Formats: sequence, C-alpha cells, structure tokens
Amino acid sequence: MLNKKTATNVDTTKEAKNTPDKHQPWKELGLKLEEYDEIKTILGRRPTSAELAMYSVMWSEHCSYKSSKIYLRQFGEKVTPEMTKNLMVGMGENAGVVDIGEGWAVTFKVESHNHPSYIEPFQGAATGVGGIVRDILTMGARPIAVMDQLRFGAPENPDTRRVVDGVVAGISFYGNCLGLPNIGGETVFDKVYQGNPLVNALSVGALRHEDLKLAKASNPGDLVILFGARTGADGIGGVSVLASETFDSTGPTKRPAVQVGDPFAEKVLIECCLELYKAQVVAGIQDLGGAGLSCATSELASNGQAGMRVQLQNVLLRDDSLTPEEILMSESQERMMAIVPKKDKAAFEAIVNKWEVEYSILGEVIKEPRLYINWGDEEIVNVPPRTVAHDGPVYDRPVAEPKYQKALNKNTTKNLEKAETPEELATQLIQIVTSPNQASKNYITDQYDHYVGGNTALAMPDDAGMVRVDETSSLGIAIATDANGRYGQLDPYAGAQLALAEAYRNVATSGAVPAAVTNCLNFGSPENPEVMWQFKQATAGLADGCLELGIPVTGGNVSFYNQTGDVAIHPTPVVGVLGVIDDVARRIPSGWQDAGHNIYLLGTTEEELDGSVWSEVIHDHLGGLPPKVKLQEELKLAQALQAASVQGLLASAHDLSEGGLAQALVESTTRFNVGARVFLDELEEKNKISKTAVLFSETTARVLVTVGREDDVKFVGLCEQRGIPITRIGVTDTEPTLEIQNIASWPLATLKAASEATLPELFA
Amino acid sequence: MPKIIVEVMPKADLLDPQGKAVANSLNRKGHTEITAVRIGKRIELHYDETPTEAQLEEAKAFAADFLSNGVIEDVVAVTVEA
Repeated sequence: MLNKKTATNVDTTKEAKNTPDKHQPWKELGLKLEEYDEIKTILGRRPTSAELAMYSVMWSEHCSYKSSKIYLRQFGEKVTPEMTKNLMVGMGENAGVVDIGEGWAVTFKVESHNHPSYIEPFQGAATGVGGIVRDILTMGARPIAVMDQLRFGAPENPDTRRVVDGVVAGISFYGNCLGLPNIGGETVFDKVYQGNPLVNALSVGALRHEDLKLAKASNPGDLVILFGARTGADGIGGVSVLASETFDSTGPTKRPAVQVGDPFAEKVLIECCLELYKAQVVAGIQDLGGAGLSCATSELASNGQAGMRVQLQNVLLRDDSLTPEEILMSESQERMMAIVPKKDKAAFEAIVNKWEVEYSILGEVIKEPRLYINWGDEEIVNVPPRTVAHDGPVYDRPVAEPKYQKALNKNTTKNLEKAETPEELATQLIQIVTSPNQASKNYITDQYDHYVGGNTALAMPDDAGMVRVDETSSLGIAIATDANGRYGQLDPYAGAQLALAEAYRNVATSGAVPAAVTNCLNFGSPENPEVMWQFKQATAGLADGCLELGIPVTGGNVSFYNQTGDVAIHPTPVVGVLGVIDDVARRIPSGWQDAGHNIYLLGTTEEELDGSVWSEVIHDHLGGLPPKVKLQEELKLAQALQAASVQGLLASAHDLSEGGLAQALVESTTRFNVGARVFLDELEEKNKISKTAVLFSETTARVLVTVGREDDVKFVGLCEQRGIPITRIGVTDTEPTLEIQNIASWPLATLKAASEATLPELFA
Repeated sequence: MPKIIVEVMPKADLLDPQGKAVANSLNRKGHTEITAVRIGKRIELHYDETPTEAQLEEAKAFAADFLSNGVIEDVVAVTVEA
C-alpha cells in the first residue's frame, strides 16, 4: 500500500530539534507571534513545518473559535434540565442531536461558506452544501433536507448578478444531484454585503437512536481509515486564508484556494456510510471539511482521549507532487475518516468495495494521547492532539459600543413622512411588496428541487419547511431560519432575539412544536472592538432568548471577518429553529385555500416602523430601535396555535414579519389565488396607530390566521381564554381580488405578476 | 472561415469530476492503460478575415478574463486557424 516516494527536504522532528532557530513562515500562515511561541512551549522545540501547518489551520479563527469561545459557553450554561432532556448530543460535536420520539432523533446544523462563495460563487456555494451534509452524515444520520440563507449586495450592482447566479446555481446543482429537497431559506439584498455575501447552508438528518455516531477514536489498536475521494491540492490553506482573513491581504498563491465538489461522489459516500453504520463496523467517524486531515486526526484522537499513529504516505493522492504539509491542509471534498476495529476490517472493506469507494489505511489508534505522523521513515508530527484540536488560544478581545450607536438609535422614523391618503398607501404597498427583498423568491427557489424523496410536507414560500423523517412514519420536523441585519445593526441583543422569535413563530405557524435551535453568527472582524461588542450583545440576546422560550441551542457556527475593506457587515445572526410535529398531515398551510373563512389578526400592532422594510424602501432610512421583543407573548401565541392545530381549527396561518400586515395579506392571497375583503379601521382605532403602521409596522408576536365558519366560535373562545388579542379583519372571498376597504383593490393576478417580476427583471 | 481557437482547461490541481467519471467509464470498458482524463473546452471565434496580430492579442485578453474563470480554469492556448 505504501506509495513509492522519496522523502526529500522533509522537515522532521529530529531536524526541528537540531535547527531551533530556523525561520518559519508563522506570520504568513496567519499565526500571531504569541501563538507561535505558545506552540514552541507546548512542543519544547520549534514545530516542524507539518506541525506548523496543522497548528496554523486548527488555531485559525474558523476552526478554533478563539474569539467567540468565551461567549458561546453561555449557550450551554443558560439552560434548564427541562430544556436539555431531549438533547442526545449537545454543542461541540459536528451537529447537535435531538430526540423527537418514536425512537427517532434528528440532527441539524447551519454553517457559513461566505468567503469561498465570493471568490468562486458556484463551487463555493456547492461545496458549502456538500460540507454541511457531511456534518450531518457524520452523526450517523441520513440527510433529509437542506436550506440556504443567502445575503447579497445591492441588486442593481453589476457584481451582485455574478454572485447570485453562481451561488444559486451551485446550491441547486449540488443539492439536486444529491437528491435532497431544499425546503426553504432566505434571500436578502443589502449593500453591506456587496464585497462579502453571506452563503449559509443548513442540513437536517434523521436517525434511529441506536445509530448515533460520534467523532472519536478511543480504542487502541483500531484502524484509522481515510475513504472517499482522493486528496488533491484544492483548497490548501482555504481555512486559514479564506475563512479568517480579508481578501486584500492575501498574496498570490500557486495552489488554487477553492475546492471543486462532486455531488455524485458524495451521494455514493452517503449510501456507503449508512451501510457501514448499519453493519456496525465503525467505532468513530469524522468528515473532512475545513483543515482536512489536520482536523480529522487531531479531533478524533482528542475526543477519544487517545492518540494515533499515521503514515501520511498512505494517503491516496490525485497528484503526486503534494508535499506532506499540503496533504495535511488539503480541503479536497467528499472524504471521510473512519475508526474501524481490526476485527471489522474485512466487513468494512467489503462494503466500501461494493460502493466502489477508494480507501486507505493510514494507521492506528494508540493509548498514549499523542499524535504521531510519519512520512515514510521520518517522523514529521509528534504532538499532543488536544493542543491542536481543543486547547487552542482563547481570546477575551476588547469590546466597545460603536461610536455611532447612540446617534443611530436617536434617528428614529418619527419624523419621516407617513402615507395618509388611500392613493399613497396603495402606492407604498405595491412599492414594498415588489421591492427585491419582499418580492417573490420563486426565481431562486424554483431552481431547487423541493419535493425529491417524496417526504416534503411544506417548502418555500411557506413560513417553515417541513419533512417527514421517513416514509414509514408520519412524524415530521419543521425548520425555519431568520436573521435581520438591519435590526441587528440597531440593537444586536434585540436583533438576535428577534431572529429567534421569528424563526420560533414560523415553526409554530406550521403546527410544529419548537424544540431546538442552531445558529450561524455572521459578523465583521473580531479585532474591531465595536464588532466584538455586537457579537457579545447578540450572543447574550440569543442565549437569554432561548432560556426564556425554553429551547436549547444544539450547535452552530461563527463566521467572522465578513467585511469589505474596513466596513463590517451588519451583525447577521442567522437563527434556525427546529420543531417537531407528530403527524405531518396536520400541518397548517400559510396560504388561503377556501372562500368564506374569517381572517383574524392575532397579537397587538404597535407603531413600530424603525428598521422596517417601509423605512428602507420608502425612505432609504435606517435608525431608531427595532420592534420590541415579546417572548412571553410568542410563547403564548405558539401554544395557542398548537392547541388550535391539534383541534383542527385553523385553515391557514402566516406569520407577520418584514413588510408587516400588507406583506402577509399579499402573500396569503396570491399563494393559492384566494381573494379577500379586508377592513382595517377597527385595527387602527383599537391599537391607536397610524394607517402606515396598520399596514407596515413590524411589531412581533403577530400571526394572521383563517378559520372556517364552523370552527369560528371555538377558535375565538380559545384565543380569549388564553389572553391572545384577536381582531377580525376580513373574510376570504371567491372573487380573486384583494380588497382593502377604503384603500384599494387589486386583482390577484396583478399582485402575483408584479411580485414575481422583480427578481427575473434583475437577474434572469 | 478564419478562426481564433481558445482552449481552456480546469486548473491542474483541481478536481475534474467530469474527467474522473469518463476515466472510470473507460477503465470499466477495459482501457486500464488510461490513468486519468481531464476535460476542458474549446472555443471558436469566427472572423471574416484572417485575424490580425492585434486581434489575437485582444482575444488573449478576453480569453483570460471573460471566456474562462481564472479561479478554477487556465487558458492553455489561443491560436489562429486560417
């Protein structure tokens, strides 16, 4: 099995002892002098170049979470036993695992692939999907759906088109080829993302309790096997250079910094792994993502409190010119590492051979907690794996409230001109619902397969995506993700809670019970104290919010250095909420389906226009404070929706968020072409708000529902009993028209066409 | 018809899934002597007259920044075919 290679010019541990003063490119690899000195202290000598490569990628911000760690701890601390009782695996593993009953568990996670997707949008986005799917697979689960949270620059900027085209095509290519339904996500345009789009990818998987797998190597003598695609020179240094530093600071590199994915190879790998799990021949498993072999070897050993002896020349290569350092850092896609007991070697080989997946045995697990890597006869790595994988540097970076914050918060929408006449209100409504952020996203989501596999119960444009866990069960999960960078900029603490509240509400409107949270925290440079303050506020907000709603954070991802030049993006904490539904047939659709139903607005509407779509689209304004967070009301609302859903009282439910009531009315009517007559005068008087606020306020804890005549009394009684404010605002109609009394009336075909025209006009 | 031929290949170090799939198929058909396949693209630019030296230079420029994706591809040849 050993390749015939000559070890020329390899920096060995012996050489490192003999040449303590040799200059090493620690700075070019992204390390700070203190970090380089720390490595020397750990090893008692200078690192070899292979060790330096490993430490530099593993201690990068992307892999080590060195700036965020002290804040992420609170997700594990601000919990109650009640919250974690269904958590089979919490934070720190590849993805959290939640027990959803009937012997099933689900695992889900969202991760960023922002920087690669700006450089090479198609492959960047495609490999983002591939990477998150492997994270889910690593837990022992069959991936069952994906979602993507996208943020692009200003729609009229010509470079936005390049990124949108590539990213959307990359996601659809990889996901559709894998046969995974894409059940939802977000698309937002804002000039703050111009030089730094956000491409976050989420995947969810289902597994039987007994199939749970962990990434650890704990039994001495077990084999360390690398399988899947061969290792090539792609994405070398991608982790430390692409994910952790801004673009302008990178010098020219000879090796390509991006990776090319092969979804068909991944599909085979998924089926191969699931068969390996079923045959119970792997004791531990880890996917190869960022930092490649450096990460997989050190994490497996560190998690298992053991060590490993590896022969690096056994790695199957696409290209023989790779140096040992490059092999350790390569981010070639579609690779996995398995820990296999010797007695199961033959069974393992039979399965991978059946799937025509290449593999090579790299070495074995040892008792001594030490990672030894040889290149032929020469020892090139000899390190304690914990120091590489888990005990990296931790920084408590300076924080400072941004200097502009107070002025920004004082600059409210109070003095902005509001629409008063019916004509003005009608014009603004159309301007808002056809603006790129509010318009139909069909142009994008139509490129994704929503229904492949036949388990999809809800998908875009519903508030939440919903899939059955398996074709033999009616048990399902619903997922919604949200983030509003504008709210985050105005108040990062509230912004994170508002993202949580909206995702929670979206899941509740589908009829599912919210159960767990994941996140992808997209921020600027942690070395900027103002960004670090935003991060501190947002994480505290999210942790406090989760505690109040009683749902645990199961895992997540942090993406720093999202900025162009010195200008950071708005704080964009993407929050994903997963809910459980015992029978997907009980799901609540978001669109109206029958005429003659009463339309009710649940919740109270306040004059909350700061940070709103209205302020952005009509006045190009951002200032003031975001809508108030009302988590207790969200809780009550979710419980009421659930009770109503179980009793089958709801014909539809749609959450109110960006664009307010106006947006929800247009979406609900145009979904299935069911018209409505709506009267808003009572709402205006009851809540004492302006006409503009009635239509466009973004007050939280509000949901629009329709109820059939026969269930009307029961439903109103249910809401009153639970103290949910309820206002009847209209009735659905056979006439395909949206009529808002005293304002305007539009044929639904006109609204639908206008909403669906915006994105194709920009990008098709 | 006079042409300028632009040949573009995926960067040598990158995975070429298409080439890999074709190589596997060839091997399966018994051509085990073929160790690898890489697949690029050939682009023809048609002209009425034989392209001038200046036009060739121009073609080289847009071959690099428009006809290929420099992040994952290399332009390996730009030639005139009379």
